[in-house]
Amino acid sequence: MIEMHDVWKTYPNGVMALNGIDIHIEKGEFVYVVGPSGAGKSTFIKCMYRQEKPTKGNIIINGRSLIKVKERHIPFVRRQVGVVFQDFKLLPKLSVYENVAFALEVIEESPKVIRKRVMEVLDLVGLKNKARFLPDELSGGEQQRVSIARSIVNKPPVLIADEPTGNLDPETAWGIMDVFEEIGTRGTTIVMATHNKEIVNTVKKRVIAIDGGRISRDELRGNYGYEI
Amino acid sequence: MKFRTLGRHIKEGFKSLGRNGWMSFASISAVTVTLLLVGVFLVLLLNINAIASQIEDDVEIRVYLEKTSEEPQHQELQQQLEGIEEVSSVKYVPKEEGLQELIDSLGDEGKVFQSLEDENPLPDAFAVKTERPQDTPLVADEIETLDYVSEVRYGQGTVERLFKITDTARNVGLVLIVGLLFTAMFLIANTIKITIVSRGTEIEIMKLVGATNGFIRWPFFVEGILLGVLGSLIPIGILIFAYQFIYEAVSMNLNTILFQLLPVYPLMFQLAGLLVIIGAFIGVWGSMTSVRKFLKV
Repeated sequence: MIEMHDVWKTYPNGVMALNGIDIHIEKGEFVYVVGPSGAGKSTFIKCMYRQEKPTKGNIIINGRSLIKVKERHIPFVRRQVGVVFQDFKLLPKLSVYENVAFALEVIEESPKVIRKRVMEVLDLVGLKNKARFLPDELSGGEQQRVSIARSIVNKPPVLIADEPTGNLDPETAWGIMDVFEEIGTRGTTIVMATHNKEIVNTVKKRVIAIDGGRISRDELRGNYGYEI
Repeated sequence: MKFRTLGRHIKEGFKSLGRNGWMSFASISAVTVTLLLVGVFLVLLLNINAIASQIEDDVEIRVYLEKTSEEPQHQELQQQLEGIEEVSSVKYVPKEEGLQELIDSLGDEGKVFQSLEDENPLPDAFAVKTERPQDTPLVADEIETLDYVSEVRYGQGTVERLFKITDTARNVGLVLIVGLLFTAMFLIANTIKITIVSRGTEIEIMKLVGATNGFIRWPFFVEGILLGVLGSLIPIGILIFAYQFIYEAVSMNLNTILFQLLPVYPLMFQLAGLLVIIGAFIGVWGSMTSVRKFLKV
């Protein structure tokens, strides 16, 4: 589902964030990406939805190369990948419903389908009764649920989360984790960058550790392995 | 793009206006103020132009005929005059009519000349008008060389000065308008830019969920038109009201019969159309150039 071949990324200021990454993630896998701050985790994640373009190498998601794609086709590649951000990135002036519906409006779905699917995912994340609220009127955990709902509403084969629990208290973080697990059982490939040691060590999944822009460890049912 | 999506974009454009209430208000106000200035100067310029044309149109060439010339020669000359390219009309003024005009133009003092009706000293004449009033001196020179012509008069000296004044008035007006339009464009576009810059995150999110650039641009396009058009409504209202008032005041006052302002309609329709178009154009321009910056995510 996700393949990276010898991916390098050097920023214009000379910082070498990724130094030859090779990975292969199967369809339906749930993968943690761990590593100290500044290790290249974020760049790794950003390359997967083409917010950053690698300096060298190739990334293939669901059979389509993210590197050889034409500029104007990038939006279509991004639709293959749902993204959940640490800071939620919700549109503050749109209601919960509108924020989620937006991802479907973009692909020109019919209003009927939009209504049905949005209510479905809001139900999945447990926010059906808060559809008319504005993001500001929700707690952090609830906002993150909206962000997750938006990322999966168009049924992308891949879901990428960049420290989705980073801004949340432990209890709320577990609630979010439950949602991800639920999504995982439906066959979505999930890549989650995280600093949450407790979650990684409790909910055992494949762990890819990045350090100094290289993969330092890749274990099935691995541990967090770093001290915070 | 599906037709349904276009509807969505238009709806979003309207909604966005409301969601960004104060920002929209700021943009619309900028449009209102600048278009009001542009409108006032346009009305001024158009009227200066019209009045200048009225004055210029009064300029005509009097071609006095040799007293010895006869009817067939008059006809020959008339044909020659009409043959000159720049000439728009040639009117025969027999000496009786010429005298009457002279008497009328002098008012009470003209009565002195009434005794001359039996022994009219004036020659017959042609009144010649040119297509472009500015050609008058040139055409007059040409006519002077023709046969049977005794004298050519068009207010030599005065007419040249008059044209200089009217031309200057027009040019100054034009420069003012162009300068004002440029200022308006940048003022409005900048205000709109500030309002859109505050929405950079919004555009970034749209890009990250896979919106194409076109999809993002459309609502901003609609919003730009709306800002411009809404901003032009108040200036149009004020201008129509004020111009009607001034027009009536001026035409009531018989002393100013010297010149006439342009009638309220169709001038105001044209002006309204022009301001709406300028507003919409500037709105779209400002909105599109600002969005472009954020599309490179």
